[in-house]
Formats: sequence, C-alpha cells, structure tokens
Amino acid sequence: MTDFAGTGLAAHGIACTRGGRGLFEGLDIAIEPGGAMLLCGPNGSGKTSLLRLLAGFLEPADGWLTWNGRAVVEDIQAYQSQLAYVGHLDAVKRSLSVTENVEFWAGLQGADADPLAVLGSLGIGSLAALPARFLSAGQRRRLGLARLAVAPKPLWLLDEPTVTLDTASITMVEALIARHRVGGGMVVVASHVTLDLPGAAVLDLRALS
Amino acid sequence: MNAFLAIVRRDLKLAFRRGGDAANVVVFFILTVTLFPFGIGPEAAILARVAPGVIWVVALLAAMLSLDRLFRDDHDDGSLEVLVLSPLPLEVVVMAKCLAHWLTTGLLLVMAAPLLAVVMAMDGEGFATLLAAMVLGTPVLSLIGAIGAALTVGLRRGGVLISLLVLPLFIPVLIFGVGAVDAAVYGLTAKPHLLMLGGLLVLSLPLAPWAAAAALRLSLE
Repeated sequence: MTDFAGTGLAAHGIACTRGGRGLFEGLDIAIEPGGAMLLCGPNGSGKTSLLRLLAGFLEPADGWLTWNGRAVVEDIQAYQSQLAYVGHLDAVKRSLSVTENVEFWAGLQGADADPLAVLGSLGIGSLAALPARFLSAGQRRRLGLARLAVAPKPLWLLDEPTVTLDTASITMVEALIARHRVGGGMVVVASHVTLDLPGAAVLDLRALS
Repeated sequence: MNAFLAIVRRDLKLAFRRGGDAANVVVFFILTVTLFPFGIGPEAAILARVAPGVIWVVALLAAMLSLDRLFRDDHDDGSLEVLVLSPLPLEVVVMAKCLAHWLTTGLLLVMAAPLLAVVMAMDGEGFATLLAAMVLGTPVLSLIGAIGAALTVGLRRGGVLISLLVLPLFIPVLIFGVGAVDAAVYGLTAKPHLLMLGGLLVLSLPLAPWAAAAALRLSLE
C-alpha cells in the first residue's frame, strides 16, 4: 500500500449556500492521514454539497480549505489531482467494455494498474470482457468504485458508495476503505447505511442547519 | 501526454462504437450541398460562382450538428468529474476532446469536400486551396464549438442555443475560407487568406480550451 505523507485536509469555517438557502456555516473539519469522517443527516441537509465542496467543484460561500497546510485555492489543480470522488453517477461508459472503462481511468491518471487485478479486487473480474451496458446497477456501482483502486489517491470522497450494493459488496467496500486508511489514506463518506469505519469522526449536518 | 492520448483514444472508440454521429455529419454535408444544383439549376457558371460559399456554409452547419454531444455525455454520466480530477489541466482535457471531435467530424468534412466541389462544378484551380483552407478552418470550428458546447452542457435542450452562441463566432472562418478559394479560382494568391485562417487556428488553440474549461467548471457547481 502506498504511504501518503502530509498533514491532511482541513476546513476552516466553511459555509455553503445552494439556491439562496444556507445549508451550513462555520463548519470546521480536520482529517489527518489515516482518518475517516462519516457524514450523516437527513435528505437535503447538505451531505452531497459538502462533498462537492471538499472536491473543489463548489466554492465555499465563506471560509477556506487547506490541504497539507496550504490553502487549496492557491493551486486547485494540484489539490484535485490528489483526490478521488465517487458521486451518484458512476462515470461508466456503457458502450465500452468493463476492462476498457478501467483502462481509461488508469490511462487518465497515468497509472499502469492491471485492469483484471483491479476488477478482481471488487469481485467483478468475471465480467471483464462484457460491455458495461449489460451490467446490473450493483455491478455498475462496483465498476464505478474501481476508480478508487486504479490509482492511489490520498483523499477519497464517497457519496453514498453503498447504494444498490448487496451486503457482501458493502463488506468489500469497508475492506477497501480500511486498506486505504492503513496506508495513510483519508476518506470522507456520506452514507445512509451504517458502515464499519473504526475510529471515524461522525459529522451530523442536521445539527448545523 | 499518456493521459491526453487516453482521452483521444476513448473518444474515438466511443465515436466508432456509436457510429451514427460521425456518419450523420458527413451525410448531412453531402446531401445538403447536393441540394443546391437542384435548387439553383444545373448551370455550371452559377454553381461554380457560389460553390466555395455553399460548401463552407454547409460545413459550418454540419460541424454544428455534432457539437451538442461534445461534453453532454460526459456531463450526464459523471465522467466530467473524473476528467476534472485528473492530473491533466482541464484546458488540456478540452484540447484532447476537441482533437477527437475534429478527427471524427472535421477530417471527414475535409475528405468529402473535393467530391462536393465536383458536384458544384467548382473550377479545378480551387481544389487544392479548398482542401488547405478546410484543413486550417475545421479545427477552429471544433475549438470554438467547444465553448458553446461547454456553456450549454447543463441545459436539457442546448442544441439551438449552441447555434446562436457559436455561429457568429464562425464568421471569420467563413470569410477567409471562402476568400481563399475565390482568390485561387480567380488566379490570385490565396496565401493571405490561408495565413489568416492559420492565425485564427493559432489564436483559438489556447483561448477556446481556456474559455470552455471555465464554462465546464461552472457547470459542475
């Protein structure tokens, strides 16, 4: 497992407004290498917005983010290349085969991961040659999660990673996250399903709105 | 560089698997230009006079047809987020997508152009210049088109809006593209026109990806 150096991700008094409605404000977050944070709260409480904000897709209405002690806005490109974001969409190209999807993600990251090994680690190795449009929702979700395995990124931002997954696959996701954290990786997860993340900080967004 | 090629390769693969889009563009180009001899009449002198203009205008419209999907599929299936988080600057990602777009549309338009020049009874003097002008001009269409495609990527029906945004910006390409061919046909030098087209390409190569990347970032908000 790759060892990541640095002091991690921190948010200082960030606020988020969507469509004129304030979702949260004055939020402080600190995640150190090996750390995990679980976001919870009812629908519409801002879990996805917070993850997109941490991914740099959204700009905070107030406050700022730091990555390894440096403000993220100074070099957003460098910061964004350090993280992997798995959102509601799987980014799977339906007309490419399962292997071709993985090869593209690896090529894009400049990583030479073996697609079969990556697929095997998610339990979909037997589907490698299949066009992705024939995958079931759960299989497509697992293929989407393969993005995490193709290139080592210190920070994972996962938005409901377990949706459509069966119990066995959820255990696999937990194992994937655990291995990532052993190597010093950080993870922020929004999930309705209870995930087994030992020592994870829990952030309840309901308390902030 | 490998990441750049990975994007180009993937987009080419997707275009070939889908097939329809690239074929649509060329078929539209050929069919529409062929309508003119029917509409105007078979008089060679008149056809030859309007040939460069007709070929260029229809090429602009044909290029327009395929622009809508340039970023839309990536936006809708979440691939855009993956592209933004790649180690490549988003501007370079846009360049890669424009290159793939040009290879699957502009290049085909260039290859179909001589055939249509024959259909339009164009003077033989202009053939080489028409090709040169289209080789320089069609990449500009992909690049400028990318700005329109990026600005409308979040809209359900962006097609018409893209035309409104982008067609006015295509006018310089049209003017110098037609000017080059006219000059060659009348026995003048086409060089200044071709140089202007080259200039447009050099100008849009850094500026269009920059503008399109900014629009794509906004679309993720």
